[in-house]
Amino acid sequence: MSAFPEDIQSSLNSIRPRLLGFARLQLRSAAAAEDVVQDALEAALANLSKFAGAAAFQTWVFSILKNKIIDELRRNSRMECDVDAEAALDETVAELFNERDHWAEMPAAWGNPQGSLEQKRFWEVMEACLDNLPAAPARVFTMREFLDLETEEICKELAISPSNCWVLLHRARIGLRECLGRRWFGESTA
Amino acid sequence: MMMSCKHATELISQGLDRPLSRSERLRLRLHLLLCLGCRRTQAQFRFLREAMRQHPWKL
Repeated sequence: MSAFPEDIQSSLNSIRPRLLGFARLQLRSAAAAEDVVQDALEAALANLSKFAGAAAFQTWVFSILKNKIIDELRRNSRMECDVDAEAALDETVAELFNERDHWAEMPAAWGNPQGSLEQKRFWEVMEACLDNLPAAPARVFTMREFLDLETEEICKELAISPSNCWVLLHRARIGLRECLGRRWFGESTA
Repeated sequence: MMMSCKHATELISQGLDRPLSRSERLRLRLHLLLCLGCRRTQAQFRFLREAMRQHPWKL
C-alpha cells in the first residue's frame, strides 16, 4: 500500500528544511548537506516500493539520511584542525578553573531552562553555539547527541580512542554551556 | 583530598557516555554534595542532552 505520488512529493517538500538543517549541523557545510539530502531523497524515491505505511514515512526518510550522513562522516573521518576555534575553546576551559582546578568563578544557575525549548530563537542560538565549536568536538558531540551513536561507534567511525572521544565530548559540553550561558541565559561575561 | 572541579566536570560528562565505576561514582557523589558549581554543571550538561533530544530538526 503506497501513498499517491503527489502526497509523497508534498511530504518530502515539507520535511526538506528539517533534513537540511539536520545534515548541516553534522556536516558543517551547506553544500555537503544539500548533496547528502539529495542523495537520501533519491534513495527514498527509488525504494518507495519497499516502504509501506505513510505514518512512518518521515521516520523512514530520516533513517536513510542518517545512514548517508554516517557514510559521509566516515569518508571524511580525518577531522580538519580548526586552529583559531581550538585556541578559543582552550582559553574558555582554562579561564573556568583556577590553578588548583577548582572553579575560578561559580557557574550561574539557569533556573528552569525547559521553557527555552519552545522558543524558536533558542534553537538559533543553539545552532550558532554549535557552529562556534571547533570541528572535532562539534562533530563528536552531534554524532553522540543528534545521531544517537554510542561512543564505541563514534570511535570506530572516526578512528579515535575512547579517551580522546570523552575529552572531545567534555570540551564540546563545556563550550556549549559557556556559549548558551552567555548568549541565551544572560550570564555576564567576566 | 577532594577531587578537583575540573575532574568532576569530566566525570559528569563521561557519566553521560559510559557507566562510571563504583569508586568514580562515590567520589563524584561526594564532590557534588559539597560543590554547588558542579551540581549546576551537571544539571546543565543534562539539559544539553535533553535539548538535543528535542531538537526541532530531529525526528
